Amino acid sequence: MAQAHLTTPAGESHGSYGSYFIGFVLSVVLTAAAFAIVMMHGMSPTATIGAIAALAVIQVLVHLVFFLHLSTNSESRWNTMAFVFTVISVILLVGGTLFIMHDTSVNMMSR
Amino acid sequence: MAHEATMHPSEHGHDQEHGHESPVVFGFWIYLMTDCVLFGSLFAVFAVLRDQFAGGPTGKELFDLTNVGIETAILLFSSITYGFGMLAAQKHNSGGLTAWLGVTFLLGLCFVGLEINEFTHMVSEGNGPDRSAFLSAFFTLVATHGLHVTFGLIWMAVLMVQNFGKQRFTERMMNKLTCLSLFWHFLDIVWICVFTFVYLMSVV
Repeated sequence: MAQAHLTTPAGESHGSYGSYFIGFVLSVVLTAAAFAIVMMHGMSPTATIGAIAALAVIQVLVHLVFFLHLSTNSESRWNTMAFVFTVISVILLVGGTLFIMHDTSVNMMSR
Repeated sequence: MAHEATMHPSEHGHDQEHGHESPVVFGFWIYLMTDCVLFGSLFAVFAVLRDQFAGGPTGKELFDLTNVGIETAILLFSSITYGFGMLAAQKHNSGGLTAWLGVTFLLGLCFVGLEINEFTHMVSEGNGPDRSAFLSAFFTLVATHGLHVTFGLIWMAVLMVQNFGKQRFTERMMNKLTCLSLFWHFLDIVWICVFTFVYLMSVV
């Protein structure tokens, strides 16, 4: 591990013009695709929602890798661990809220 | 593993410039994770209330996708310009850092301006946060993001001024710039979720 640290070139984990540019181009393509799918009304509403949600997840990953330089190497392993824990918490929070509130409103016949 | 992590600052504390992350930056990352949970809660609230219109206007009638697209483009550009600013800072290029931060600041200001414009337009037509549960959730979520961007701008202005002083390119200054970089890119990630799950999905 110590060896890996020493051989890591200075600033590698902070990205380069190239990596920022790749991240930027990927983001532009993903954003444009999401807006295009919605504006062209080419798909059914369910398919559209699935598609833009998938595009959003991919774009978040692109930002994490190319802009926030999150990776599994020893430099940022603990950042990544904290992030994974947070993502699990947020999924439980949002998923649990939707599940419970949907169930409640169905049983209360409010929708 | 834990042992190795705790040994880090004392063993390698002296070679910050070799790209080792300082405890300050890691601590700031932990703050961002709590911020992530905050936004997660607000997204959950919005998801529950997104069809509670109380007879008021729906997202389809209210949202202007062109405006949202421009806001998205501005924030994306500001992300890459801040990245270039960080690269300039790592090369101790003061002029480059000031220029790129200046561009980022202006882009952020345009974003906040567009958002305020959108909000005042909606409120003036009687569609403020008091109109329906949907609009309460919408204003809370989007304005919380907007407030974060505003505070990011204040922070950026302070760093640009400090960069002209004694602190220029000290380790402390680099940590501050790295923290703001994480904050700024994080806000762009939140915005991806906002434009997808709030604006685009309301228009579908």
